[in-house]
Amino acid sequence: METVKSLIVILMSSVLVNNYVLSQFLGICPFLGVSKKLDQATGMGVAVTFVMLMATAVTWPIQTYILNNTGLEYMQTIVFILVIAALVQFTEIFLKKYIPALHKSLGVYLPLITTNCAVLGVTINNMTDGYGFVESLVSSLGCGLGFLLAMVLFSGIRSRIDEMNIPKALRGLPVTLIAASFLSLAFFGFAGIIDNLFA
Amino acid sequence: MKKDSSLSILFKGLLLENPVFVLILGTCPTLATTNTVIGALAMGLAATAVLICSNVVISLLRKVIPETVRIPCYIVIIAGFVTIVQMFMHAYLPELYELLGVYLALITVNCIILGRAEMFASKNNVGKSALDGVGMGLGFTIALLAMATIREVFGAGTFAGIEIPFLIDHTVNYLTKAPGGMLVYGILIAVVSVITKGKYPKKKSFGCAGCPSAGLCKSCSSCENNIEEAVDNILKEGN
Repeated sequence: METVKSLIVILMSSVLVNNYVLSQFLGICPFLGVSKKLDQATGMGVAVTFVMLMATAVTWPIQTYILNNTGLEYMQTIVFILVIAALVQFTEIFLKKYIPALHKSLGVYLPLITTNCAVLGVTINNMTDGYGFVESLVSSLGCGLGFLLAMVLFSGIRSRIDEMNIPKALRGLPVTLIAASFLSLAFFGFAGIIDNLFA
Repeated sequence: MKKDSSLSILFKGLLLENPVFVLILGTCPTLATTNTVIGALAMGLAATAVLICSNVVISLLRKVIPETVRIPCYIVIIAGFVTIVQMFMHAYLPELYELLGVYLALITVNCIILGRAEMFASKNNVGKSALDGVGMGLGFTIALLAMATIREVFGAGTFAGIEIPFLIDHTVNYLTKAPGGMLVYGILIAVVSVITKGKYPKKKSFGCAGCPSAGLCKSCSSCENNIEEAVDNILKEGN
């Protein structure tokens, strides 16, 4: 029971409290770039969640069993980014060949994810926080879902912004960032949720 | 072309092609490390060091690296220099290392560095690429410092940890937190676009090369540095 509780705490804190986009600024580029339409935002969010889970499942054993045992911990950044890049490529090839329907809906987002700092960030953070394998997976799932949530919420806000008459200087990115700031402020309200989750 | 003189290469990064406020690259570290002036300075200098080194090496290797696998090659070179900077800071500046945390490792995927490798270093000689690295790095550092100064002075009432009388009693705590970062960034982009009006490069002139996914994206010519359009184009191609 305690394990389940701690996993739920990890999940909730990474979805709501430490939301990667809105409070840790990881993955801001796709958040600002692909959030204009709801279907694209959803596709990107699902693809990122998927890649985060895959990347964690591969990098955790590599770090724990290979790098830590051979004294090569300092190679973490290089190895992780290479693993993520290779993984993204393989996933794309695999989906294209065996599950074309899924490739059609997710495939286009995959190449854009290689250089998404949220994916590299989550794998490194899992290691720094000293999570075990299952905890790491849950934390990655939470971060991915948090990303998806932020993308979907924000695409709704942006479709409203597009209809507004905005001062010329603020058009485009500035007003988008200001709107993101308010969304991020709303997520601040979740700050105390973890302490009282099981109270 | 006038554009190619060394001085203009060095200075264009400061304002007209400022990587943060005009090219809108490297948003993640910009927002994350600017709540303190010290953190912003450390991040700026670390990224500058990596940028100069990677620009020089990529420029030296530009004829050796095959076109098709250039992005992975660039990433490995950049990750190598990031690791060197990480180890250096861990050994000599452990406090800054703790302060920057994961964002130090994330310099690897900072779009500024990959963007300059793709846009500039892969096409120009070593000297120009080094100058471009210095200029862009300084532009990045100055932009970070500007944002951090606003956020720390008004948000925490201090500058680089030194308390400022009066402001210390009237802080806008919101500015040092995540939402404040986005707000200040948005407003600064608007201000810079007003200052450089008509002079800053039109989106098309640096176009897709600035997009870190340029190497993987097939429909670059029509994308105009816009990920969303790129996705649209690939979707159309897929059909």
